[in-house]
Amino acid sequence: MRIDKDLVAASATPLVLGILADGESYGYAILKRVNELSGGRMTWTDGMLYPLLHRLERLSYVEASWQVAPSGRRRKHYAITPAGASALAERRQQWAVVSGTLERVWAQAGALIGPVPTPLTGQGR
Amino acid sequence: MTALAGGPDAELEARIGQWRGHLQRRRAISPGDVDELEGHLRDQVAELEGAGLHGDEAFLVAVKRMGSLDEVSREFALEHSERLWKQLVLGLGTPGTSTAPSSRELPMVLGLAGASALAVKVPALLGLDLSTDGGFYARNIGLFVLPFLAGYFAWKRQMGLPRSLRLLVPPFLLGAVVANGYPFARGGSTEVLTAIHLPIMLWSAVGLAYVGGEWRSHPRRMDFVRFTGEWVVYYALLALGGGVLVGLTTAGFDAIALDVSWFIEEWVLPCGAVGAVLVAAWLVEAKQGVVENIAPVLTRVFTPLTVVMLLAFLVAALATDSAVDRDLLILVDLILVLVLGLLLYAISARDPQAPPDGFDRLQVLLVISALLLDVLMLTAMLGRIADFGVSPNRLAALGLNIVLLVNLAWAAWLSVGFLRHRRPLHDLERWQTTYLPIYAGWAAVVVVAFPPAFRFA
Repeated sequence: MRIDKDLVAASATPLVLGILADGESYGYAILKRVNELSGGRMTWTDGMLYPLLHRLERLSYVEASWQVAPSGRRRKHYAITPAGASALAERRQQWAVVSGTLERVWAQAGALIGPVPTPLTGQGR
Repeated sequence: MTALAGGPDAELEARIGQWRGHLQRRRAISPGDVDELEGHLRDQVAELEGAGLHGDEAFLVAVKRMGSLDEVSREFALEHSERLWKQLVLGLGTPGTSTAPSSRELPMVLGLAGASALAVKVPALLGLDLSTDGGFYARNIGLFVLPFLAGYFAWKRQMGLPRSLRLLVPPFLLGAVVANGYPFARGGSTEVLTAIHLPIMLWSAVGLAYVGGEWRSHPRRMDFVRFTGEWVVYYALLALGGGVLVGLTTAGFDAIALDVSWFIEEWVLPCGAVGAVLVAAWLVEAKQGVVENIAPVLTRVFTPLTVVMLLAFLVAALATDSAVDRDLLILVDLILVLVLGLLLYAISARDPQAPPDGFDRLQVLLVISALLLDVLMLTAMLGRIADFGVSPNRLAALGLNIVLLVNLAWAAWLSVGFLRHRRPLHDLERWQTTYLPIYAGWAAVVVVAFPPAFRFA
């Protein structure tokens, strides 16, 4: 199943901030984590992550620092800031409203659209 | 760690190098970003190789996952508009459409320049002479040319006729009615004030067209600020070149005993001066790259010099304690405008992600010393106004001073926050773009309300 592009875009910010809330990380590792968390069902165009990270940096939601990777190459690490944490909390409230509303809609429309095809528990795949 | 020139590895390195080259050619992607993306690509390749793919295959899959360079680079461009603001503006409206200048653009620019030259000459043909009706020309100078400039941008940004008319006609109409309908006393203060402030008001109407009607967008407003800076530079260059050419021509005709100065004064200078407004705008648009981003470079050069000048002036003013008069307040206004310009262009060109450096500290010093100077002058000036009453000039100078003071005071506060890592630079930029309409508003107040309030004196 492909997730609609707009939906991916809308969820990207809280997803990235949420992953960074767990500890600082770098682009490739963030994408791997998204892959793990979604059971491989949310796919991003890898290159698109970086402009997003830079925007979060400009908004002071994350702080970036260059570090040296085990391979000897330099690598840009991102860490969430207090402002990023409060933005994440706000996003979470917004998403709670959206998903709560949708839950009711699904319940009402259940007869027409059937049950959830593959509930997102466990690893998927 | 480093792959020595083994067959497949060397081939992979070559392909990665090639891919890196493609990235580097994108102006929206900085060298640091290229490193970051390359690191990602290498991690991906390494993992795919670990899963059993050959170097070649792994590279192809990794590149595919990275996404089309065009799309990625467009995303970078949207985020980092300061890196290539012109290309962005050119592609405004429908991203992805070709940004190549249309072949009709140059004829359009020349046609509009010709039309504004005509507009400046028509009154003369109707009997209004520059030497005797100077007031008429001074009040209308903006109206001769800026409507055409606004029209050029409305056309270029494809604003559409109804939207252009709705947004652009009211300010120009208001300006025309005020400049020519008010019964100004000949050479009075309010006439001079209108002549100075009307072009500022109309320039912001040009801004409406420049941003394609998207005046709520802060990045577009910043683009207009950048455009204004580059336009001034281009216009000054054109004026310089034109001056040299005119001088040579006159000297040449003098040498063969022909007097062409009447032609130069009545035709070449006025028509050239208004036509150059459009040509300069077109040059900025056409991203000639010759003086690309020269305004920020000038900012870098003049910020330290201005700090020295301000501090010297401040010390001298404190030491001498001479009488403060109206001219001094106007002078201080001009200094504040200069400081604000330096601040604005430094922000507009700055990499928003770079941490604060020495130049930022210098800039805070600049703003604070300007503020100190202003407070000093203002306290002296308020006493004067209390003693001598309100005149249009004093009120206009005072109003402008307050407008600038509020901006700079808050900008100083935000800059200090930025230096102390408490705030992003974004806040400062946002404050400046939020404030832009205030200047237009104040100019409109002076143009529209001052003359009747002071009985057109």
